[in-house]
Parts: sequence; structure tokens; C-alpha cells
Amino acid sequence: MNKKKRAVLLSVLLVLALLFTACSGGDNGDNGDNGDNGNAEPKILRTNNSSEPGSLDPALAQGTHESWVLDHVFEGLMKKSQTGEIVPGMAASYEMSDDGLTYTFTLRDGVEWSNGDPVTAQDFEYSWKRALDPETAAYYSYQFFYLKNGEAFNSGEATMDDVGVKALDEKTLEVVLESPTGFFLELTSFYCYFPISKDLDESNPDWAKDPSTYVSNGPFLLTEWVHNASITLSKNDGYYAADLVNLDGIEFAILDDANTAWQRYEGDEFDFLTPLPQTVVAQMTEQNNPELVIGADLATYYYNFNSEVKPFNNAKVRKALSLTIDRESIVTDVAQGGQTPAEGVVPYGIPDESGKDFRDGSGNFLSFDAAAAKTMLEEGLAEEGMAVADFKPVLLYNTSEGHQKIAEAIQEMWRVNLGIEITLENVDFQVKLDREKAGDYEISRAGWIGDYIDPLTFIDLWVTDGPYNDARFSNAEYDAYVKTARTSTDQAERMEAMRKAEAILMEEMPVAPIYFYTQPYAQKSYVTGIYKPVNRYPYFIYADIEK
Amino acid sequence: MSKYLLKRLVMSVVTIWAVVTITFLLMHSVPGNPFRTESKMPPAVYENLLSQYGLDKPLPEQYVIYLGNLMQGDLGASMKSRVETVNDMVSRGFPVSAQLGGQALLIAIVFGPALGSLAALYQNKFPDYLSMVIAIIGISVPSFIMGTVLIQFVARNFAVFPIGGWGTWNHTLLPSLALALMPLATMARLMRSSMLEVLNQDYIKTAKSKGIKRSAVILKHAVRNAILPVISILGTTISNLLVGSFVIEKIFGIPGLGRFFVQSINNRDYPLIMGTTIFYAIILVAMLFIVDIAYMVIDPRIKLTKEGR
Repeated sequence: MNKKKRAVLLSVLLVLALLFTACSGGDNGDNGDNGDNGNAEPKILRTNNSSEPGSLDPALAQGTHESWVLDHVFEGLMKKSQTGEIVPGMAASYEMSDDGLTYTFTLRDGVEWSNGDPVTAQDFEYSWKRALDPETAAYYSYQFFYLKNGEAFNSGEATMDDVGVKALDEKTLEVVLESPTGFFLELTSFYCYFPISKDLDESNPDWAKDPSTYVSNGPFLLTEWVHNASITLSKNDGYYAADLVNLDGIEFAILDDANTAWQRYEGDEFDFLTPLPQTVVAQMTEQNNPELVIGADLATYYYNFNSEVKPFNNAKVRKALSLTIDRESIVTDVAQGGQTPAEGVVPYGIPDESGKDFRDGSGNFLSFDAAAAKTMLEEGLAEEGMAVADFKPVLLYNTSEGHQKIAEAIQEMWRVNLGIEITLENVDFQVKLDREKAGDYEISRAGWIGDYIDPLTFIDLWVTDGPYNDARFSNAEYDAYVKTARTSTDQAERMEAMRKAEAILMEEMPVAPIYFYTQPYAQKSYVTGIYKPVNRYPYFIYADIEK
Repeated sequence: MSKYLLKRLVMSVVTIWAVVTITFLLMHSVPGNPFRTESKMPPAVYENLLSQYGLDKPLPEQYVIYLGNLMQGDLGASMKSRVETVNDMVSRGFPVSAQLGGQALLIAIVFGPALGSLAALYQNKFPDYLSMVIAIIGISVPSFIMGTVLIQFVARNFAVFPIGGWGTWNHTLLPSLALALMPLATMARLMRSSMLEVLNQDYIKTAKSKGIKRSAVILKHAVRNAILPVISILGTTISNLLVGSFVIEKIFGIPGLGRFFVQSINNRDYPLIMGTTIFYAIILVAMLFIVDIAYMVIDPRIKLTKEGR
């Protein structure tokens, strides 16, 4: 080898060596996995947030992995107490006009942003209008469509000044709604409605990208965010109710593999964990493990039937399919995640006009009756000029072991009980959503998480031409009941309308509800005070560590 | 030589442009949409999002805009993250993946050829069987199984290895090992067969008959020639390792670049799909380029151009 060649070879080796050494400097410091250091240790609750948040700006957030953090660092006009009641948060009080259209909130004295500035009514007005602004392009801007001209502004048909939210002075916020909205107070505790500091956002629009510029008003503050690795919160001593907060901080690891997360919980690296792998829930249930808690959830797992495709345009066919799903068996033998068999589309956890559970007042619409179903299917198919042998539908579901197991179980139930062979079609999630939107399916797996605690969040999904009506269902009587539920200020009348609407839905069966989700979680014995709102991830605001 | 290098450089640029164009077209032809979620949004909100990311423009116009931005080194804004741009993600994720990949490569390069040589020198004896058992395990056990096994049996029992996460050097040990096993096994097998072939060559026999020490024959003559096939796979191995492994990064919760590959496709995050693919293409092309040069230097018999003769 001559000298020139040696030099080239040496250079190549040097480049490789540099790659190894240069890249090994990535020590980001301890991400806090080892909270215990022996001394009077701070109370840091360690858990896992299964995905990297896309943003921690309340207007731009769009999922539970974002809202879970936001629920701890921000606070809205109203908030949830330890027992789940809606109580004043940033607002000290509110008044509602007799027609249910205007709310006037008065803010608490002395509430401050983490930079020391006062939280004002102008901040709320600015934040809500910003979330609605088409320029912001917020996913959840439709959560503000209850405000007068909210939808019109978002779709460019009204100006920002037309939107029904206005700061009358520093402490008073007037909100005018499009129509009476019984759950509006609940909405003001939802993360989209959290305020941001107007002054800060105007001076630094990138404030939410970096913990050093991040300003919030909740019980905790964002102190560190190592992307795709961890998020650290510390107690906000300036929070007006700081004496109720026992924890010194919360550490969210960001780990999307549920099995590794569970290993870390078992290895005492986490104090709390949700979601849990399905097999772990089944095993903990069997062992009666006291660390397992089956938290409530406001969500329904169901199958869509495309009402525009033959023979699913026939209610008898749809109903026969629904009648032959053994929901109890799916929940106990297949899903095994502590779910509850569905009794309708509205899950448990929503109070009616008298404070009782809406579900209990409506009863179980979903029985199992194979004999009746078989006759019904034959009749329905005959009405469409088909025979059972010709009926070979395709069930569309998105890639997931859990969805596949359920689909296979139902495939078998329909084969045994109805004598039909269905084909399972597995596609990726975005493709499934696209095909549902285009009506390019026969039966599809779906789920819906309630946006707010009112049956309407489920009931109004299937109005004629509704944006979420993938089953393409249309029924004038049902539409009329939904209209009453949307506009009436009389709670008894609203609830009754929704009971009747659900009864129509379950008679016509454009969707076959399968189970109501639950949110199982594991917490170590020394963790106390965790509260799980029915439509949120667990709150650590009132939690404590008692070692 | 310089003419050859220039030619290779031009070819590299053309290759990368082709990757950009083909990826762009394929990406937009795959069904699915970045802004569809289970909680489907009203049409006006959907339109606002399309317009913000320029997806309401015709595809050729989007392509021209993308190329224009790319020329300036701008990979665009992620459609899922409003915190980081694609440039931020690549520059944050790459050092993490590269550290892990670098360590894995080091393990593979040190132990792979060594095991292969050992196996060849002791053909059909215990070291051969042991090396090949290791190689078969490395090739046949998928990395997600290997990662899980390491967590379950090593991390859970030895506190020095954290179960997952990122931050200290200890966090990198098990994932590096899990990542190294496959290339290590491949190199060991290649090295073994190549070494066996070389050991039977006449010039080795000649060297031996001349009375040259066995170690010198092996190191100077046998290994040097036998290593060529291993070097030829080095380019793709290095680029694969450096840009990260989705499976290993997911299992161990490592904030590297590998996770973005699959996530970006699942989310239909177009700029991130493009950014990660282009970045990978650049690394791959660069590595192949370097390996070609290294190959030429190590084996004087290989001449790439007329001028080189």
C-alpha cells in the first residue's frame, strides 16, 4: 500500500472514529428515573405519558397525551373538585341569564400567571378567539362552536368581533352562546378553554415551545421537556390553592411501548401507570391485585353499518347482526380490559336531570337472541332480494391486535349464529378513517370518546348529514329529538328527548355498540388521592405520596 | 481518481433527487390523510388545516415549493408536532440514534469478524460451533424479541441497566447490544466463509511454506483478503444503524430518529416522511461512497476507472 492510499484509509477510519466519539456526547443529564436519593426526598410522582405531545399550547393540543399534562399546568374558569363536581376555578362566580344564553363570569382576586402577571378576563377573550381563528388552524376549534358566531368566524363568515365572548373589564367576562348549552360550565373546565397570557403570546408566539418561556396558571409548572423522553412538572407555589397540592412534582416519561412501561412500573421506576397492557389487566384482575383500579371512561366501542350499502340499508339486517354479538363474552373472554358490555350508545357516568345515571334510566337495549336474529336476517335479506348464502360482508378494522381479536370473535359469532361468512379487512388507521369518510365500507370498527359529560356528546353523532355520521343514518324523528336536546333549556325535556333518540337508534341500529371503555390503571400502595374524572385522564392535583 | 470522485458525486446528487421525487409521489398516492382523526372534525376546521400546510394547492405546485425549500435546507414543519420542525427533529434525533448505532457498530465490527475468523480457523471444532450458534441466534431472533429478553432478564435483575428511557450512558448499553446482534451475526458468517476460502488459497500455503509465523500469515494475508466482503456490507450496515432502529427505540423508549420513520407514515406526516427519507438517503449514499473508496484502498486489484490503471 503506498503512502497516498494509506492516507485515504486513515481518513476513512478517522471519520468513523469521529462518528462514534462525537455522537457519544449526548448525555442529557439524568432524566430523573431514579427519584430516590435517600434524603428527605421531594414527593415526585413518576408515571408514563405514552406519546410525545404535539404541542402544550391549550389551543393546539389534540389528544390525551397533551391534555394530561395541560390539565395539571393550566386551569380554566371552572374546574373539577376531588369528587368530580364542577366548581369555580379561575372564576370566583358566574351568573347565567334566564334564557340560558349569556354567562357572566367574575374572576378571582389575586390569580396570577407563573410570570407574576395577573390573569385577566382579556386573557380568556383573547385565548378563545385565538383558538377559533382560522389562521390558528386548531383541531379543536369546533369545541368553541357553542359560542355565538363561533362557527361562522372559524369558517370565515363572520369577524372576530362577532364572536360571543367579551371582557367587560379586567375581572368580568361575558359569554354569549349560540343556543342554550346545558353543559357549558363543564366545557369551561376542558383544556381547549384554558386561557393563555395575551401579553406573552403577543410578545412571543413561540412561548409554548420551550419550558424557559412557558407561562401557565395551574397547580403545576412545566420545568423540563426532553422531547420524546420526558416531561417534568414542579409545584406552582403561586397557585391560589397551592395548599391543596401535596406533590412537589410530576415526572412523565414518554414511552410508547406499553409492555416496557409496565416493566418499569413493576421495577418500581413508576408510581402510577395507565394505559396497561390488556394481558396485565386480565392477570391483575385474576389475582385480585389491589394496585389495579378500573377507572371510569366516557367512550363507546362500536361497529358502523353503512346504511347506504345494500343490504345494510335494511334495519332488520343490521339488527340481526347486533343481536348475535355476545357482548358479555367479548368483554370477559376477548377484550379482558375491564370493559363493560354496551347497553346502548351512551356509556355510564353521565347524570340525567335527577342526578341518576342516564344509562340506568334508559336500560339495556342490547340483548343476545340468536333465534330471533336468524329469522330477522332472513326476512331482511329477502326484502333486499338476497339470500343468506349471498350475504358475504366485509368488516373493516384498523391494525391492532385487540381490534383483530374482537373482529375474529364476532366473525365466529355471526358464522355460528347466523350461518354467514364475513371477511375481515385490516387497514391502517388513517386509511380506515378515509374510507369511512368516503363511505367505502360495509361494516367498520369505530369508537367515540365523549367530549363533555352530557348524553348529547354521543346522541347527536348520527343526525342526518352530521359530520361524524359515518353510518350515513337518516331518521327525521331522531333528528327532531336531537334538535330538542340541543336547544331546550329544560333539562327534563332534554333528557327525555335523548332517551327517545337513543331508543330509535337502537331500534334502527345504524351502529352496533359493543362495549363501554374503562380506563384501568395501576398505582402503588403509597400513592393516594388520585381522582379519575370520567372523561379525563387521572388527576394528580390532589394526589400524595405516603411512604 | 478525482474524475471518478466527481462522477460519483454527480450520481449521488441525482440519486437523492430521484429519491425525493419518488417519495413525494408515492407518499401522496397512499390513501389516508394527516388530519383525519377518530373524533372527526367539521369541514371548516379541516379546510383551515389543509390551507395552513399548503395541502389545498395542486400537487405539482406543492412539489415545486417543497424542492425550493429543500434547496435552502428547510425540511418543513411537522404536521403532528407544533413544537418542532422536521429539521429540529432530525437534528435532535440523529445524534441519539447515531450514538446508539455507533456503539452497536463498534460491537459488531469488533466481535463479528473476530468470531468469523475464529470459526474458520477452528473449522468443525468447538469455537466454530459456538460462533455459529451466536450467529444463528443473531440472525434469526428479531430485535424486538432480543430487546424484550434483555429487559426481562438483564435489566430487571441488574440495577445498572435501566429498564428503558434515555439520559445516562447506562441507558445505552442494552439497546446497543440488541441492535448489534444482527450485524454482528451477519459479519461473523460472511467472515467465516470468506476466511475459509482464503485459507485454501495457494498464496497462504506459499506463505506458510516460507516459514512465516502463523499469526502473521493469518493477520497479514488471510484476514486482509477475507475482510473484503465484510467491508462491502459496511456501507448499508452503518447507514442502517446510524439512522436508528424503530423497534429498539420503541421498546427502550429512546428519543432517536428511528421512531420517526414509522410514526411519520402512520400519521401521514408528509414533511416528516420526506425529511426522514431524504436524510436516510443522504447517509446511505455517503456511506456507500466512503466504502467504495475504502474498498479501492484495501484491495489494490480493484480499479474503478481507466485512469486508475
